[in-house]
Amino acid sequence: MTKKQSRAPIEANAALLSQLNVISLFDSMTIGVLFVDPARRVIAINRFLEAMTGYNREEIVGVHGENVIRSNLLSKGDPVGQVLESNKTMTLEGDIINQVRKKIPIRFTISPLQLSTGKKAGVMILLEDISLLKDLDSKIHGFSGQEKIIGNSFKMQEIFELLPIAARTDASVLITGETGTGKDLVAEAIHKASNRSRYPFIKVNCAALPESLLESELFGHVRGAFTGADKDKPGMFRLAHGGTIFLTEIGDLPLPLQVKILTVLDDKEFFPVGGSKKVSVDVRIIAATHRDLGEFVKQGKFREDLYYRLNVLRLHLPPLREREDDFRLLLDHFFLEFRTNLHKKIKGFSTACLRILSSYSYPGNIRELRNIVEYAVNVCPNETIQPEHLPKTLLSVPQAPSQSAPRNEGTAQVNEAAIMDDPEMTMPFTIPEPVGWGEVEKGMILKSLTKTGGNRSRAAELLGWSRSKLWRKIKHYGLE
Amino acid sequence: MKILLTIYKNEIAPRFDQSSEILIAETEGEKISGNPRIILLPGTSGEDICGLAIKENISLLICGGIEETHYQYLKWKKIKVVDGVIGPYEQALNFAIAQNLKPGMILPGAGIYGEKS
Repeated sequence: MTKKQSRAPIEANAALLSQLNVISLFDSMTIGVLFVDPARRVIAINRFLEAMTGYNREEIVGVHGENVIRSNLLSKGDPVGQVLESNKTMTLEGDIINQVRKKIPIRFTISPLQLSTGKKAGVMILLEDISLLKDLDSKIHGFSGQEKIIGNSFKMQEIFELLPIAARTDASVLITGETGTGKDLVAEAIHKASNRSRYPFIKVNCAALPESLLESELFGHVRGAFTGADKDKPGMFRLAHGGTIFLTEIGDLPLPLQVKILTVLDDKEFFPVGGSKKVSVDVRIIAATHRDLGEFVKQGKFREDLYYRLNVLRLHLPPLREREDDFRLLLDHFFLEFRTNLHKKIKGFSTACLRILSSYSYPGNIRELRNIVEYAVNVCPNETIQPEHLPKTLLSVPQAPSQSAPRNEGTAQVNEAAIMDDPEMTMPFTIPEPVGWGEVEKGMILKSLTKTGGNRSRAAELLGWSRSKLWRKIKHYGLE
Repeated sequence: MKILLTIYKNEIAPRFDQSSEILIAETEGEKISGNPRIILLPGTSGEDICGLAIKENISLLICGGIEETHYQYLKWKKIKVVDGVIGPYEQALNFAIAQNLKPGMILPGAGIYGEKS
């Protein structure tokens, strides 16, 4: 076949393509398509975008594209402008508001349009409705981690009140508390309720790795930085870009790395191990420790400047022995969780068992309580958990003095022997429902409304909310 | 009548909750009384604009796309909302004074930001 012969059908195809109405090709697609010129005026939209926005394509040709899709793209640093400038495709998530005032979560893909001469012709924006994905995500992960934090005690109420404040800002947070008090859960809850929730939440245990490895883990390394570094590694800070990095056991962080963390906090940039090029990151830092950092500073084990830099917002989680009101709530919560997971038909704990559990001091706090309940539910073959189903270590440990131990009222006056012999005396699980953030927020609204005699403006002031936010919440919780 | 418009450059801002600039004008009959005020907000928040509209005793609010929640809230607060407006804010104001502004209206001057076609 000669060269001339082979060109004929290609030319024919080109002619055919030019005659095709390209927009009609996009009409069969089930995602919205918008074409705008370099001045961002609408050239065309496909049928799906007509349905999505509520606009007829004829009426909006020539109108600024943003007026049609009404997205929040401008608040994300003008990505359309960036694509026009860089000629590179960009994908990002956001939302639009349509003609019927509905906010739709969207994945935008913005691609440059270029003529064969190389001249910029504008951009094509693909709008993919991700409402279903978002719904699924919220079903799987829940609205926020706060729902996992359980507590009715006064000290936990204080923590619940501080959580939204910590979520609203980008300031560093230092979470302190004994081991097993839920520092990880609180850090995750803050991240999930913050504006960074769509970005990664990366947890690094500073006590888990030796200094040399930890530096590479946190800041990454370049190829050839050390023996075995056969390729570049991004490091946790770079992976957490846009999101939150949770440095747990920060008290165990070696001093040289403390300096590097301080630099990241101040300059938001760092050098990877062996690298000569600075890397910029936008990461929020949440740190946690079970150690007394103030004391560590005095002993010279922790840098004072880093301590103050991290200690902007401080959350101290109380140990279980100081959360007497929560003991039974947590016990029931874990019991129900394990009973369901293990498909057991256990009805509850015997009063004797409860007495042992309530007078133990729980040095391992909630984690220890959870493990004890898991053990007991696993071991118990009957309908009632008896003292012999509890871990042996618990039975051999001397019980904590009554003042410091979580106590369960109603068990102390009952004759232990009689109860142990009588299965009817099993303590039923009718104790208050575990309280999540929603319940607490509802309670806060009611409390402030009661305080202000029903005056919503003053109640909103008390809560530190705008009146419209209070109104939305009242509507949401059905408090009208 | 006190009118609030959410604006971006010379146009009505495409989206209420993303506006950081608002214009407040007072009218007497079919004329604007005094000089309209332009307020720059510290951030973008639909709640803050709602709060401001109430504080300023606004009777009519003109904006682009608005979420149902904010719309219902303003309506509940007896503020008339004309939303979905596209075009220069001056034209929107004039149309409103002449009582010709309708929700979803694409004004004759609707073009690219800062330019009038």
